[in-house]
Order: sequence, then structure tokens, then C-alpha cells
Amino acid sequence: MSAPDTDHRTAHRPLALVNARMIDPATGLDAFGGLLIADGVIADLGMHITEGAIEGAESLDCGGRTVAPGLIDMMVFAGEPGHEHRETLATASRAAAAGGVTTILCMPNTDPVIDDVALVDFILRRARDTALVHVHPMAAMTRDLRGEEMAEIGLLQEAGAIAFTNGKTSVADARVMRNVLAYAKDYGALIVHHLEDASLTQDGVMNEGEVATRLGLRGIPTAAETIVLERDIRLVELTGGRYHAGQISCRASLDVIRAAKSRGLPVTCGVSVNHLTLNENDIGSYRTFFKMKPPLRAEDDRRAMVEGVASGDIDVIVSAHDPRGAEGKRRPFAEAADGAAGLETLLGAALRLYHNGDATLHRLLEALSANPANLLGLGSGRLGKGAPADLVLIDLEIPWTVEPERLCSKSKNTPFDGARLEGRALVTFVAGRPVYHYG
Amino acid sequence: MSIAAEASTSSFPHRHLLGIEGLSRSEITALLDLSEDAATLGRQIHKKRDDLRGRTLINLFFEASTRTQSSFELAGKRLGADVMNMSIPTSSVKKGETLIDTAVTLNAMRPDLLVVRHHSAGAVELLSQKVDCSVINAGDGSHEHPTQALLDALTIRRHKDRLQGLIVAICGDILHSRVARSNILLLNTLGARVRVIAPSTLLGAGIERLGVEVFTSMREGLKDADVVMMLRLQRERMMSSLIPSTREYFHFFGLDYDKLACAKPDALIMHPGPMNRGVEIDSNVADDPRSVIREQVEMGVAVRIAVLQALARHLPNE
Repeated sequence: MSAPDTDHRTAHRPLALVNARMIDPATGLDAFGGLLIADGVIADLGMHITEGAIEGAESLDCGGRTVAPGLIDMMVFAGEPGHEHRETLATASRAAAAGGVTTILCMPNTDPVIDDVALVDFILRRARDTALVHVHPMAAMTRDLRGEEMAEIGLLQEAGAIAFTNGKTSVADARVMRNVLAYAKDYGALIVHHLEDASLTQDGVMNEGEVATRLGLRGIPTAAETIVLERDIRLVELTGGRYHAGQISCRASLDVIRAAKSRGLPVTCGVSVNHLTLNENDIGSYRTFFKMKPPLRAEDDRRAMVEGVASGDIDVIVSAHDPRGAEGKRRPFAEAADGAAGLETLLGAALRLYHNGDATLHRLLEALSANPANLLGLGSGRLGKGAPADLVLIDLEIPWTVEPERLCSKSKNTPFDGARLEGRALVTFVAGRPVYHYG
Repeated sequence: MSIAAEASTSSFPHRHLLGIEGLSRSEITALLDLSEDAATLGRQIHKKRDDLRGRTLINLFFEASTRTQSSFELAGKRLGADVMNMSIPTSSVKKGETLIDTAVTLNAMRPDLLVVRHHSAGAVELLSQKVDCSVINAGDGSHEHPTQALLDALTIRRHKDRLQGLIVAICGDILHSRVARSNILLLNTLGARVRVIAPSTLLGAGIERLGVEVFTSMREGLKDADVVMMLRLQRERMMSSLIPSTREYFHFFGLDYDKLACAKPDALIMHPGPMNRGVEIDSNVADDPRSVIREQVEMGVAVRIAVLQALARHLPNE
């Protein structure tokens, strides 16, 4: 793991966050009080931590606002190596900090692909030297993401790869997928899979259905996702490998996940905040910022995703941060690049579910921090004594408008361009050090 | 022939040696006892006997082999047989003649003993049903390699005086290994505790039902082992995506001093050969004083002499 250097930058006076509403999704704690940060960890928390109560400590009055574990984003494309014009670890980490995200998992679909221990090492060193937040590389599960030969899962894990994925493609060969799951199991490694049957997607560019037909765009059926998911679940059953569907996007997939979980299989899933808050209609007149993979689906599918988060059947919410420059997006829809920048809007967009009454704050924060931490074996994602002081001070009510030019990300392709959101990170702490202040 | 050896021979009642499966503890022990005598013979200046004088032994190898084929040849010659080697690469078999046709053709030449290696599991048994002579399985696909298991057991017994209760760890490509299957059967029959250690992709489904303890970590699996038996890793395993690379394989499953330290200090190091140094075994470990890999080759000749002797007892005499 790469942490911002905690040794000399945080050797400050302890800091007390006082007069806060502390929400810990890991334990269900929701209480007023204070939280003491020292040496990069949460040294203490409770009612007794008030302004001036801790000798020698600085204090920050939270004004009754929420302190929660920093968000952990399991799907971030950070650009390095090879796509530095779109994003770098430095800019992605600034965007993360501004969004209350204290840990990001970066995707291996870079150039070259992160399928070698030297590249894992490169990411960790670059992150140590340039990133404001914790960065964990995910490594390719097959060489060069070709879906043919297994990558060096054991060595990559020893080098620091936190999970394994095939980027934005599915492994089509069931035998390879089986072997990867079986092999990864020996190392306790988590497989994070993209769900897309390429032969069904073909040249599809958006959700298959009436809207695509009206727009004259080729559609991608939800079956392209569920077929791969159902196959994978059979292979999980066969091998016992730990499996996480990186993003699901439709009701049918949610049903498959629920069935797998009810059978006790080691299966979890994620959803992007885009698929919780947007649908295919948002594409409107060919707006390419709404082009992504999986595609934005029908409203009923979006409703299903929201229900899945509310019920806890969907474990993780990701930004699916995929920065794209004008060269990728300023094109006819069918030719435009997939992907949306999302790190800075993750929290604000997710809070729409809270303000609409669709999901509890607890559930949302769980899917944004505690659950990813559990899946990945991280010590963060909770507010406990001794836990890393990766924290976010959230104003749940503050209104703000997404202005692309003010985003920290190098690329401004946000589908929330001009959107009015309610609630955001005010201060973000990584290992006890404030890395972001709003305003 | 010594009286003891006579007794041993008559206590092996089978016409063929197709596998370890089906052999009793006493039959295996008898073969091992007989092999001891052959090992003694092999270390004398004069190594010849006449058990197989006038007999014909055909080595029929559908798959390339160096040590197995040559040790059968040597064993046959030391017992006075006429030995003929037939190597039939897969390609020429594909030209038309079926295995059965080949067997019928060879049978017409009236051999007394047929030593067969074939790439298909069960092929040697099939062939044995079509010929009149005794058949010895020198390896059929991923199924059995009985003389290898016997020579391994003999080597262990010579160093540890017993097999009962020993912890034997078989490490590597269990899925494709006939050596592993024959050893599991033999060692279990003789009361050893057998462990297999491999990545899950090289274990084979249901392996635990074969009476072994299963490990996917070398350090755990080698703990307190009396014998460490390494298996050869074929390069094509990488191609079929069962493991990622030789360097990763060596790192986690190659026998080096670090992992070997988990076994008993006097653990025997074994390998059926040919070795991939630096893939499944560290070069220095292969040459360590605890390594009995060369002795395995010597015992290979002894065991094959014993097997030929035991089967010769049942050859018709007119």
C-alpha cells in the first residue's frame, strides 16, 4: 500500500474534531461527540472529546456536521502510465480528496497494462511521491488484458496489487476464467470482473431499447451483462474463488446476485453512482458525457440499482471515474469514448438517494467505505480507536453546482455538468492530515 | 536365486503389471524385497542372470522416454532376454493403424513381455486384453506409472527402513501426473501419510478422496515431511493458463532451501526426472546431500529387474 508519507508530515499536534455527528457505517454508530486524531490514527472518540478537553490538541469545530470514514472508491482510472493527458495519479488524487475519497483503487487498463510486478511497483512509488490519498493498484488478471493467459497473480499480490480485474473487458474464455478464479483462491485474491459479452455488445453504444431505436443508435442488451454474470457465478460455485462484479446495471443482474448470495457463494457486486442517478433518457440529443460502460439503462433498471443499494444486496458504490478529454468525447455519439469523470461528484451524487429518501445515510456510507474496506481487507472504512484517520467532514445539506472548470480532474467529462447537488465533503483527512478544504 | 527371492516371486500372482491399483500390501512388499536383491546384483561386477534367457521383451513406447525405456532395456538384458525397442511417435500412429492393430501385429511376433508407454490413460490395459504375453505399464497418460512408484518406495525404504507412518509430500502438477497417482496408491497401501501440494489449478477435482491431505501452500504442506517428492512441470501448463509463469511457479512451488526448511531436517528429496532446474526445484537443492534423485535412477533398474522376474514366473514354459 502506498500512504502519503505519514512520518514527518503528520508529526503535528493531535487534532480534535469536536461537535460532530459521527457516523460509522462499520458499526452503525451515529452519535454526537468528538474524535481525536494523533499520529495518523483515530486515537479516541466519544462524548468526552470536546473543545479544549484534550490538552495540547488543536481542535476543529464541526458545527454539528457529519464526520464519516473517508470514501473508498474501487474503480478509478488514473491515467498512469500512458494516459497522462487524461489523468495522473496526482490529479486523480486531488479530485479524490475534493470528493471526500481517501482511498482509490486504480484500474490496470493503462499503457502498458499493469500486469507485471514492476508496474505495480511503479504505481506505488508514483503514488507515494505524488498522490494525496491512498492508492492501491489493481492488477490485470490476464496478461495484457487479453483474456488468454493468467497473469502472475501471486507475485503481483506480493508486490502490492490489491485485487485483480480484466479492466473494461470480460474474460470470454470460460476455462481461463475458471482457472483464474481457482488460482486466485489459493492466494485469497479478489477477482473484480467487468460484465460484458463482447459478441452481444458488438457495435452497441447505449442501452438497447426504445430510446436507442429512436436515436438510431445500436443497442447493448442487458443480457450482455447477465450472461457473463451467470456464467461467472457457476464458475465461482465450481472453484470457490472470491468474486466481485465490478458494476452491475440492470434488474436482472441484481436478481442473479441475490440468488448467488442466498446460496452462500462468495459473491459481491458494485454499481456506479451514475447508474444510481441517471438513465438512458439523459443521453437526450446524443450527449456523449452520458456514454459509458455498462451503458445507462432504463428507469426501471435504475430503480432496481437504488433498491439494491437500499437493501444491501449491492455492496459497493463506485465512481467508475474514467476521465476523457475532448479528443474522446467531442465526436459523434457512436464514435465517442466511453466513461465519465466521477471522483468529485461521487458523494454529492450518491447523497441524492439520501435526500430523496431512497436509501439511508448509513447504507450509502457503508457502500462507499465500510464494505469496500471489508472486501479489500483494509483497516480503514470505520471510526474506531486505532483505525487510520482517513476521514471526511461532510455537510449533508450544502447546495453546490458542479462546474466542470473547477474540478480537479484533468478531464472534465462529468455527466453532472451544471447539476445542482446537495451535500459534499468540506474537509478530507488522509492519515490524519487534511488534504482538502472546501472553498 | 535365493530362497527368499523365490518366495517373493511366487507371492506375486499377476500376469501383468498394469498399475499399483489392485496390488496388496504383501505383493508390493514382495516386489520391493525382490528389488533389493536386484539392487545388490546391480552393484556387482558380474550383473547377468538367466531368468529370461530365450525370452523376448519388446519396449513399445508411444511417447518419448529416456530413463524408463533404457532401464527396462537394461533390466531385460541383465536377465538374459532379447530386447527390442520400438518407439512409435504419435504422428505415425495417426497415419492409420489403431492401437489394437499395432498390438495384434506385435502379438504375432510372439514376444513374452511387452513394456508399454502410451499417452492415453487406459491404453495399456486395453492393449493387454489383445495380446498373449505379459504387459507392463510404463506409463499411461495421466493414469499410472507403477514401476516409478515402486522405485520411489524402494528408495525411501532403503533410507528410512519403512514406509509406515512416514509423511510424504508430493508437490507439483498432480493433475497431469501418473507418477503422483501411482505413488498415492502405493504409499497409502503401505501406510504412509500422503500429502499433495499444488496450486488449485493443478490438483484435480476430488483429489482429497484419494486419501491424501491437500495443500496449496508449500510451507504448510512440507511441515514435518519425511519425504519431499517433486514433480516435473510441463511447459504446456503455462499455455493452457493453469499457472501464470515459471518464475511465479518457482517462487511459490519450487523447492528451495527456504521451503525445504519446513520439512524434517533429514527429509529425502526426490524427483522422478527429468528435472527442470529453477522451475520446480532449485539447482542446489537438487544436488544437496539429502537428494536421492540419482539413487532413484539406480533403483529404477533394480525394480524393473524384479518386476520382470516376478512376471517371468507366470510365463508359459511350452
